Amino acid sequence: MTTYFNEMYENGAVRGPYGQLDDWMRNMPAELRQMKQAEAEALFRRIGITFAVYGEGGDPDRLIPFDMFPRVFSALEWGKLDRGVKQRARALNAFLADVYGRGEIVRAGRIPANLVYRNDAFEKEVVGILPPKGVYSHIVGVDLVRTGPDEFFVLEDNCRTPSGVSYMLENREIMMRMFPALFRENRIEPVDTYPDLLRRTLASVAPPKCNGEPVIVILTPGHFNSAYYEHSFLADLMGVELVEGQDLFVEGEFVYMRTTEGPRRVDVIYRRIDDDFIDPLCFRPDSMLGVPGLMDVYRSGGVAICSAPGAGVADDKAVYTFVPEMIRFYLGEEPILNNVPTWQCAKPDDCKYVLENLKELVVKEVHGSGGYGMLVGPKCTKAEIEAFALRIKAKPHNYIAQPTLALSTTPTFVDQGIAPRHVDLRPYCLVGERVELVPGGLTRVALTEGSLVVNSSQGGGVKDTWVLAG
Amino acid sequence: MLSRTADNLYWIARYMERAETAARLLQVGARNSLIPSSSGHRSEWDSLLHAIGTAKAFKEKYGDPVQRNIESHLFFDRDNPSSVASCITAARENARIVRTALTSQVWDAINGAFDELRQMERMPRSELDLARLTEWTMRQTAMMRGSIEATQLRGDGYHFLNLGYYLERADSTARLLDVKYYVLLPRVDFVGSGLDNYQWTTLLRAMSSHRAFHWAYGGDVTARKIGHFLILNPQCPRSLLTCADGMVTHLERLDRAYHRQSTARTQARSMLAELAETKVEEIFDEGLHEFLTRFIRETGKLAAEIHESYLNGDIR
Repeated sequence: MTTYFNEMYENGAVRGPYGQLDDWMRNMPAELRQMKQAEAEALFRRIGITFAVYGEGGDPDRLIPFDMFPRVFSALEWGKLDRGVKQRARALNAFLADVYGRGEIVRAGRIPANLVYRNDAFEKEVVGILPPKGVYSHIVGVDLVRTGPDEFFVLEDNCRTPSGVSYMLENREIMMRMFPALFRENRIEPVDTYPDLLRRTLASVAPPKCNGEPVIVILTPGHFNSAYYEHSFLADLMGVELVEGQDLFVEGEFVYMRTTEGPRRVDVIYRRIDDDFIDPLCFRPDSMLGVPGLMDVYRSGGVAICSAPGAGVADDKAVYTFVPEMIRFYLGEEPILNNVPTWQCAKPDDCKYVLENLKELVVKEVHGSGGYGMLVGPKCTKAEIEAFALRIKAKPHNYIAQPTLALSTTPTFVDQGIAPRHVDLRPYCLVGERVELVPGGLTRVALTEGSLVVNSSQGGGVKDTWVLAG
Repeated sequence: MLSRTADNLYWIARYMERAETAARLLQVGARNSLIPSSSGHRSEWDSLLHAIGTAKAFKEKYGDPVQRNIESHLFFDRDNPSSVASCITAARENARIVRTALTSQVWDAINGAFDELRQMERMPRSELDLARLTEWTMRQTAMMRGSIEATQLRGDGYHFLNLGYYLERADSTARLLDVKYYVLLPRVDFVGSGLDNYQWTTLLRAMSSHRAFHWAYGGDVTARKIGHFLILNPQCPRSLLTCADGMVTHLERLDRAYHRQSTARTQARSMLAELAETKVEEIFDEGLHEFLTRFIRETGKLAAEIHESYLNGDIR
């Protein structure tokens, strides 16, 4: 039986950062708890934080379950995460600038050429283009898990368009509204600077041809997208327009948006659509979501695209293995945060080991996300494991495997009262002229007892994440 | 503002007003059907369907125009794009797209209406009589309108919302008046009879103008007075003249803010000028139906012009 690190209790004693929460939890009558839970849900519904799920029948507007029990880090714990995440974000951006430039890391033999240049996410269209300030990935979401007091592991990096930051902001708003006393008793670092920092980050990478205050827009695939709420929420908080592809057009050397007063030039596009769809003339010709000619303007320095096209090659699950190597190669530092040991089924030896030990491993698709198409060995039946083995054998290069980590737990409100549930963490690192990280992030919690899968599509919920002031 | 945002706001208002029209039509029809029909070959409900142009689609789906089917058609039916359910759903979806251009009160109003609608759709029909359906709709549209008036910034978004309301209302008043024409069509000798007056009164009720009318005119209810009231009287909140005036006001404010002169404004002004100079006798000389048909066509042209001038995104 694996023992899991409980972030609140260690050897029967309450750990430091959770000191104030023990009383709070014990003194809350069940009726009050239910009332507050209902209040929180009503607030989420009213504000409209739902994620839209179309095509599955039922109510298209769903709520992600919100757990009121906060997750807490001490200033010391956070200090390490802060340094580690920023270090990783720098290295990933250095890697991108390198592989679309001279490819030194490949020449030096530190990462296999095939893995980079034959990667589906490698965009040959942007080879040789250096985006403003040399930044490719402006928002890096680093998924972290914890297994002990001082043991943190990076599960994966998200260099394209990591989502979920709206929950970080709204969870905090709702907690402050419902439990103001908690915020008086604990010194909790604010996270509401994020939209402002994001706007400044985007403005700092305005293209060379931009003169004056840059006009920033968020480009969304549209209101059917499950993250549409987040797109409109961020646009609102930053005070920028939320546009769809059809709202933009290219004329001459610039991109313009269609307004009721005529065309207005756009300098920085924070896009929330995939590379493949941003310009039908350059990528998928059948894309209705993008802007024809956008890439030409981008190449000639008329517009900045965030994240830069091609950024995805850095966050692929196979490239992930080499991030510690990138940190050493580009920054000359030792990684502050560790990777999870990873077996690549593309390698025959690794694949053999994986197939023999499926019962203990977590297997993921290289390009998968959202917790779909993955196998959690210890939680599966023999038949499920055998079925999965066949899939691995058919397409080995499509899978990687990792040991099943003993994910830490934090107390969580459940039907019977309070019980430990497994959590992960995604902080959002901003990279522009400066590298910034707001003290906080999105904590996802697996609400089902014993489950290690925290994805909202698989019954996960979210929590407010506190960083205590030092 | 983004043209698409303006377009969404304009259509939110049009859909809400259209939902209200569907409810008002239900009311007119229900009241008219309560008095015995003396014309053997065409029921009151049937004439209503003709007026709104869905008689054919209705017959194909439901067959006989009995009240329950009409309620389904005008309130619940998602296949009918002008039903209350379709309009409120469409308005809410548009609102979701431009959430950030609306105040939270306005969002609450439309989102709340949508939630209640979905509850009503799950309720047994026996609990939802016609009066409840129409009153509910009117309450929701009034809340929406009130939230906009009370909380929206008086910027261009507000003008686009109002343009949508006035344009749709102009169209709807004209069409509701035209129902009366269809009702009368079979037997011209009803004109001036007791039945005739009863139907006119019903029309006033449907526009919530029954009492207002008496205050404004006094004496007997006549076709001319009602025509004057619903077409030419600037005091009547639903008259064609009031609607044209509203459109001109908001188009002028938009043009002032944008420092230009749109063809939409020019067209709205000439519509207003014509109504201001028309006498009710002239309308009845031309024929009420002919006049209304012409007006509905003009309104359609103005809608196209507003689209060209502000909403289609090709403005230079």
